[in-house]
Amino acid sequence: MIVVPRTDTSLLGRWWWTVDRWSFGALLLLAGLGAVMVMAASPAVAERIGLDSFFLAKRHLMMLVPATFLMMATSLLAPKGVRRLAVVVFVLATIGMVTTLFVGDEIKGARRWVGIAGFSLQPSEFIRPAFAVVTAWLLALQRVNGVRWGDPAAIGLYALVIGLLILQPDFGMSVAVTGVWVAQYFVAGLPMILVVGFAVAGVAGLGLGYTFLPHVQSRIDRFLDPASGDSYQIDTALSAFRHGGLWGTGPGEGVVKALLPDAHADFIFAVIGEEFGLVVCLLIVGLFAFVVLRGLARLTEENSLFVMLAAAGLLAQFGLQALINIGVALHLLPTKGSTLPFISYGGSSVLALALGMGMLLALSRRQPGGKEVL
Amino acid sequence: MMESDDLVRDDLARSEAVAQEARRNARRIELVGTRSRAVEVGRSRLAAAAVMFGIAFLVIAGRLVDITLIEGPAEPRVAHSVASEPTVARADITDRNGVILATSLPTRSLYADPALILDPDNAADRLAAVLPELDPVDLRAKLAKRSRFVWIKRNLTPRQQAAVNALGVPGFAFVREERRVYPHGALTAHVVGFTGVDNRGLAGVERHFDQQLRSGPVTLSLDIRVQHIVRDALSKSVATFQAVGGSALVMDVRTGELLSMVSLPDFDPHEPARASDDQRFNRNTLGVYEMGSTFKVFTAAMALDAGVVPVNGGYDASEPLKVSRFTIRDYHAKNRWLSVPEILLYSSNIGAAKMAMAVGGERQQRFFDSLGLTRPLSVELSEIGNPMTPAKWREINVVTAAYGHGIAVTPLHLAAGVAAVVNGGELHPATLVKHETGVPVPGERVISAETSSLMRAMLRLVVAEGTGRKADAPGYYVGGKTGTAEKSVNGHYARKALISSFVGMFPSDNPRYLVLAMLDEPHGTKETFGYATGGWTAAPVVGEVVSRIGPMLGVVPRETGGEPEQTMLIKVRNDEAAH
Repeated sequence: MIVVPRTDTSLLGRWWWTVDRWSFGALLLLAGLGAVMVMAASPAVAERIGLDSFFLAKRHLMMLVPATFLMMATSLLAPKGVRRLAVVVFVLATIGMVTTLFVGDEIKGARRWVGIAGFSLQPSEFIRPAFAVVTAWLLALQRVNGVRWGDPAAIGLYALVIGLLILQPDFGMSVAVTGVWVAQYFVAGLPMILVVGFAVAGVAGLGLGYTFLPHVQSRIDRFLDPASGDSYQIDTALSAFRHGGLWGTGPGEGVVKALLPDAHADFIFAVIGEEFGLVVCLLIVGLFAFVVLRGLARLTEENSLFVMLAAAGLLAQFGLQALINIGVALHLLPTKGSTLPFISYGGSSVLALALGMGMLLALSRRQPGGKEVL
Repeated sequence: MMESDDLVRDDLARSEAVAQEARRNARRIELVGTRSRAVEVGRSRLAAAAVMFGIAFLVIAGRLVDITLIEGPAEPRVAHSVASEPTVARADITDRNGVILATSLPTRSLYADPALILDPDNAADRLAAVLPELDPVDLRAKLAKRSRFVWIKRNLTPRQQAAVNALGVPGFAFVREERRVYPHGALTAHVVGFTGVDNRGLAGVERHFDQQLRSGPVTLSLDIRVQHIVRDALSKSVATFQAVGGSALVMDVRTGELLSMVSLPDFDPHEPARASDDQRFNRNTLGVYEMGSTFKVFTAAMALDAGVVPVNGGYDASEPLKVSRFTIRDYHAKNRWLSVPEILLYSSNIGAAKMAMAVGGERQQRFFDSLGLTRPLSVELSEIGNPMTPAKWREINVVTAAYGHGIAVTPLHLAAGVAAVVNGGELHPATLVKHETGVPVPGERVISAETSSLMRAMLRLVVAEGTGRKADAPGYYVGGKTGTAEKSVNGHYARKALISSFVGMFPSDNPRYLVLAMLDEPHGTKETFGYATGGWTAAPVVGEVVSRIGPMLGVVPRETGGEPEQTMLIKVRNDEAAH
């Protein structure tokens, strides 16, 4: 490894000595594993949709380079810089989401994407990390600076974001955003009675989605009773894990990737299970758990409420996304289109992830002298 | 003074500044206090969140281990998982003695992945060489497709599979499937039914028990030995009399169980698509016919049970009966007064009509209802015919129904009804499922045991001395009733197109089994002097079946010569009345 002298006070030198190198390393390792997995899984998908075998794999690798730079660059920021960046990204992404409603390309029945310079971006991906940081700021303002409009503003912005997501419609991401937002409120000291209240509201929200959104209904029905409808994807995914066993069939030797429509994205974990086996699957789950739990543990030593809330929000987002994706592949949760962070082929969503994790690394850096942020 | 004023003002200003400073400090301290309190809460909440995440990750890891290493083949496997054991998803159907009527065999089906095939034309030709039933032109087109999956042939034999593998052509692969096999073929085709290519039951018991067969085997009431005998006798008769079809069944009169049910023509259940509609048609349960004189059994039972006429009573049948614009005649006209047994013996339409008129339409309708003749059967098949009954039960309908016209039912309706009349008076729903000993048989009383006993005796008389003589089997004391009805074609009765039937039971004094045979459009032969009636065509089938299945079913034949006591009694009364 590069040896950076402790006395190096350049920007990079300070960064090296203050950043959480273990988490950073774990994220890089995940991205590296992801590159291998996408190489293994995507050719089958690319060939099926009539693309060059390694078209998707190349795109993914090409996207990883700017993503790594983005993550490192963001992680250089001071907490104040993170806050400002988040506000800017939040505003831009909100504008983007409003735009998708009018000019977005409709793909699979939802308007989520907007084309920019040949790339199709999903603004809602970028709003998630930004929204987590902005929420943290507002909650901290109310609690630390005695500002009275902090909580109302946080609730108002939440309503705005959820409203835009429902209009697309993107039920899955609404659930994810709500989960993170509630987690932040929870850390910010939400009274227990309201915690229970939110749990009830969550169940009610699922119920409403079940009642009024037919595709949500069919997915939940199929989860509860696989015989009620087409459970082809989940059956195939489960058989992949069994087929893979402890050590897997070996890279490229799997067969389910030819059968699963989203083998390179939503169901990449099944491909990993088949080709690389239980051991590598457990390693990946371990890496996710390591990043989340280590991050949360380090936050308990934090003195700034803003940093605590923002980082917790970003970690919850990262952890929930991983849990949901893996949970679906293992039939612990109803089918929901979501990617496995840094592992799945994701295109522009990798950039959003890198932004979020860069912010996390920036926030979790050791602040010299424990300087107050707000 | 001025100075001191200034001083005072200075002091005031200073003290105000101090107070302000103090307030600011207090505010700061308060803020620091709230801040540290908020951070403290945050710390404990973070710990709780970490615990929840930890649990969630542990659950995921546990589930991974569970799926990969522990969970067995209980979950459905995709055909591609090579390690899976050959499991069969659809259970067997057996007869009452455990003989397999339908079972599932694991087979392999051949598909191709055209993307892996280097030279489609060559591959098609080589494949057609080992599977000559495939069309090479069609194959070439399939293998040249731009897809990743095309079916080539379902259900290959192991030999065919080995031959395809031996070709060594890449791109061909097999899917593990199962195929339904019916070891007895056409013999049980109408009862057992068949499944589609995806192994879903499409007809017969296969369809009715589609769900149940996924969890366990089904034991039918059929006895394959009896089924064989019945089909043998019936098909000989159909051939002899050049009938367009026929049906026959054997029922246990005490339980309603069907030991045999045959409909001709039949079909190979392995290839139902090649069979015609007529072949697939189950005459026993789906076909509804005007059954003719066999209905006189019901008429007599009804009249005796209602007490409108004693068994030694009778009616004048010397002249044709006029009802509204119709004239009712007798086929074997005696042109005299006939006793009740004689009405059955000579199958008198006039007598039966008068009996029914004496009972009345309302009671007749209720009686038919109680015998289940007016509603669809509840037997375990999907091919169930709807009986056709008069929309309005007028006098003419009462009269014609008395001798089985103007009301159409399935042969199985007739069998279940007659079984109830002779078994002591209880109707047991016809069933194809084996009755477990010790379980009470569902049943409803329709006539008294006494009437039932009289009916048995009279039906014996029909075979001993009347129109049904050819149904007799030595030692088995067969009793029964003939039926001959003209088929209704385009709203008119066709003189030459008959439904000839015979419903019999044995032994008459204590019946165990009912045998019904029906021929569709039989033609008379030289041996029958041109007659194609039930007594000449269907009755011999019943006689043959009884003499062959009797020993098998444990019914002991008795010495011939003497008639059972009750029959003798009736006979005497009958003779008395005649003179």
